[in-house]
Parts: sequence; structure tokens; C-alpha cells
Amino acid sequence: MEHIDFSLVDWSRAQFALTAMYHWLFVPLTLGLSFIVAFMETLYVRTGNPEWKRITKFWMTIFGINFAIGVATGIILEFEFGTNWSNYSWFVGDIFGAPLAIEGIMAFFLESTFIAVMFFGWNKVSKKFHLLSTWLVAFGSNLSALWILVANAWMQNPVGMKFNPDTARNEMVNFWEVLFSPVAINKFLHTISSGYVLASVFVIGVSAWYLLKNREHLFAKRSIIVAAVFGLVTSLFVVLTGDGSARNMAQHQPMKFAAMENLYVGQQNAPLVAIGILKENVKEAAHKKQDFRFMIEIPNMLSYMAFLDPNAYVPGIQDLVHGNPEHQILSYKEKSEKGKIAITSLAEYKNAKKTGNDSLANAALVKFEENYKYFGYGYYEGRELHELVPSVPTTFYSFRVMVGLGFHFMLLFFVVLVLTLKDKIAKNKWVLYTALWSIPLAYIASELGWVVAEVGRQPWVIQDILPTIAAVSQLQPTSVQITFWMFFLIFTALLIAEIKIMTKQIKKGPGEDAPSNESASANN
Amino acid sequence: MIFRKIFSFYYTGFRSMTVGKNLWVIILIKLFVLFAILRLFFFHDFLNSKFTSENDKSNYVIEQLTK
Repeated sequence: MEHIDFSLVDWSRAQFALTAMYHWLFVPLTLGLSFIVAFMETLYVRTGNPEWKRITKFWMTIFGINFAIGVATGIILEFEFGTNWSNYSWFVGDIFGAPLAIEGIMAFFLESTFIAVMFFGWNKVSKKFHLLSTWLVAFGSNLSALWILVANAWMQNPVGMKFNPDTARNEMVNFWEVLFSPVAINKFLHTISSGYVLASVFVIGVSAWYLLKNREHLFAKRSIIVAAVFGLVTSLFVVLTGDGSARNMAQHQPMKFAAMENLYVGQQNAPLVAIGILKENVKEAAHKKQDFRFMIEIPNMLSYMAFLDPNAYVPGIQDLVHGNPEHQILSYKEKSEKGKIAITSLAEYKNAKKTGNDSLANAALVKFEENYKYFGYGYYEGRELHELVPSVPTTFYSFRVMVGLGFHFMLLFFVVLVLTLKDKIAKNKWVLYTALWSIPLAYIASELGWVVAEVGRQPWVIQDILPTIAAVSQLQPTSVQITFWMFFLIFTALLIAEIKIMTKQIKKGPGEDAPSNESASANN
Repeated sequence: MIFRKIFSFYYTGFRSMTVGKNLWVIILIKLFVLFAILRLFFFHDFLNSKFTSENDKSNYVIEQLTK
């Protein structure tokens, strides 16, 4: 990489971040609300109480609005793979191909078929079949998320593949290793359960608004109970899978883990900074230790979080950059030299193949395979090694705000559940206002989760193997800038449309759906 | 007969929509913008637009990765 156009790399990254973050505004509510609606309809079918049907139909309409506005927003990411990240797309083609093809087929058959039954099928199919369709929509939308998250997890921990030097593509050698890697399992469960928490906060917040307006008391209280129970249970999954993700990170992405903790000097019995304020951004001086203005620590917790051992050694940023022979950690300089050997050997291999010199090709291939796991570091040979350190303040603060909000939501679920069961929720205005204002906070927490995951792993597109500077297409930066602003306008328009349609529907309320009027469509 | 039932199911479903009609308009506009404008004019597949054979594409990517 002699000539790197950083404005191209930065604009391509910015465009991908923009589209992914906008796309993610729609996804978690779909994931969580589909299950909440399924639980509500189950209560309707079990009790026969028409109020549950009214509740189900209202939240189903909200689900439909979110689904319709959000649908296909993820396709733009696939456009960007082919246009802005063509080297990467080619490099990973076979790994992404299978999961995304399965997603397409599954999403089409499960969602498009059963969503129609869910919305059009009231009183046209049996209650049980309708309920089954609602559950299948919930499972289908969550399974769709599985495949894209498996692909993302593979980028964080590339397993089950082998690089083919003749085609420059990674080829899948073990589908099950890709699907069931601990990183993929934790990523999937953590992401979908965070979506459930967001949806629970959303339902509670909207229900709180009805109570503040002194409207729809029974509807609001029942919605709160279902959402609070669902939110509490799934919050525990978020904590458990987050804990698993931290261990995966410590093992496979130690730099992300160190940056997330602002840990510059590795240590045994490492404490976890529960709350902290950093003094300055020292990305330009990664070798220097960054101090805290203020912090509250939990002794030994970081070592335990990373390796389930309070005495374990957790490497810091300095150890990873400069190496630590005592703990068998190679320096980035050593890794970049090995990476450079891999890159050079690949070029030698191709040239030898072209000239028909098989013995030279075989020797180059052996050298390449020996050093392939450091391939990506080769692009940093002779460059400033701080480029391999992600933004410490961004990952540090994003993680803490996300976790802090997660605990706020757990407390909120507990408080609203207790108050609703005691029939005191309508009188506690401050709880209702807190619930209402927690809706945007849930979206912030959800987005910050992705910021930790994706900013924290920079500069890698594929961990240790392909950095952004090698993955990007050689385009004009201005063309990426133009499409960046186009996406910004399109997504903002979609978001405004979503908020307007949704608030209109919420203001309208669940409406009447008395048993005598059961033939009314779900789509009103 | 089964196809007529399926058609009738969807037909009456779509006809009875209220909010859903606006949503379908948004979906159709969105799909038009995505596929007929963005995909067609702005998001060409970089490698497909430069090369026709798989071999040429792989040679180009290797050249990019090793230069």
C-alpha cells in the first residue's frame, strides 16, 4: 500500500457507519416488538379476552409501521460492499455468500408469507393458526438477524475458512464452525436480546404517555406488564451474553478490550473502571499512558471479566503495541514484519505461478501460509503503529454509557412492574415521564453497542487479516461524498416518515375493537 | 381453487388497508429510489464494471492487496 487516499477510506467508513446506524434504528424494535406482540396474542388466545386482542392489534400496527419503513434499508449496505469495499467483498465472498443467501430465502418465505396472515388473517384463519403465524414472524425476523450477525462475528473472529491464494478469496471449510463460533453465538444473542430490551422500553414509554394523558388505562397497564416482564427477563440475557462477549473480546480482540477499558499498561488483578472521566485523547501518542480525571474502580473485576480469574493478566495497549515477551505477546512491529512477508510471498506465489515455476511457487506458498495470520499487519510496516489503536475515548465512553443505560432500563422495568401490579403507576408521574424519556435513551444505548463493537475493532475489517486501507475500492472520494449525503437525506426522510406515522397512530390510540366488531382489519 | 383463495385473501387484505396503504406507497418509493436510481446510477459493482472474468477480478484484487 504505497498510496493510501485517507479521505477515500474515511468517507467510505463514514458512509458505511451512517447507513448501518440508520438501518439499526429500525431493526431492534422489529426484533423485540414481534415477540411482545406474540406474547400478547397468546394471552388473547388463552383467555379469549377481547381487550388482549385490541392490545395485540395496536402493537401489531406499530410493528407493521416500523417493519415497512425499515424494510430494505439494509440492502444499501450490500450496495456499499460491492461498490466501496470491492477488495473486501471479493476477499470474503464465499464466507458471506452462504449466510446471506440463507437469510434471503428465510426472510422471504417466513416473513412475507406469515406477515400477510398476521395482518390480513384476523377472522379469516383460525385463532391458533393466526397465533402460529405471529410467532413465526417473530422467529423469522430474528433468524434473519442471525445470518448477518454470523457474518459480522466472522469478521471479528475469522474461523472456519481458508484463504485461496489463486483466487484471493476466503473459502468456507467448516460452515458449523462459522455458525457456532462463540463470538457468533454471543453476538447474536446479545444483539437480539438488546433489541428485546429496546422494544420493552418502547412499549412501556408509549403506555406511560397514555397514562400521562389519562387515556387507555387498562390497555396501558396490561402493555406495561407484558413489556416489563419481557424486558426484565431479556435484560438478564443481555448481561449474560455481554459478559460472554467481553471474554471473547479479551481473547480474540485484546486491543479492543484494552481500548474499551483505557488500559494502557497491562496488569494482573486488573480492576474494572466502573465510572471514569479521561484526561485527554491520546490516540496520537498511543505509547503513553492515559490518566483519569476521576474514576471509581472495582478491584480484580477486569481480570475476572476477561478470563474468569481475578488474578489473570490483562494486556494493555502498550503491551500490544510494543510487545511483552514475559506474556508471549508479539509487538506490532514484529507482526507487521511477518505480515509484510505474507504479502510479499503472495505476490511471489502469483508471479511464480504465472511463469510456471512450481518450486518457487510452493516455497512462496509455505512462507505465505506461515505468516497469513498476520497478513493485515503487513500494511502497517514502516507506518505509525498508533494507526492500529482504535479511538480510546469513543470505545471507553460508549461502553460505559451503554452499560449504565442498560442498568437504568432494568431498574425501570422493575419499578414500573411493581407499581403497575400495585395499581399505583398512574399516580407516579415522574416514573411515567422517566419511562417516556427512556425511549430515545434505549435507541442511544443500542447504537452505542455497535459503536463499541465497530469503532473498537478499527482499523480491521477482518480482524488481523484485512484493514480498511486494503479493503476499500479505488474510487473518487467525491463520488463517495455525494452518495453519503444522498443516503443522509433518504434515511432522514424515512426516519421523519416513521416518526410522523407512528406518532399519529399512537395519538389515535388502539381504538375500538369490541367482540361484535372483530371483523375490523388489523391495518387500521 | 386454492390459488383463487390465496388471491382473494391478499386482495381483500390490501383493499381493507388504511395506514398500510401509505406504508406501501413509502415502500414502493423507497424500492424505486434504491434500485432504479441508486443501484443503477451510483452503485455499480466495482469489480463487475471493470472486469468480465473471475480470473481478471482475482488478479486485480491480488494486485491491489500486494502492491
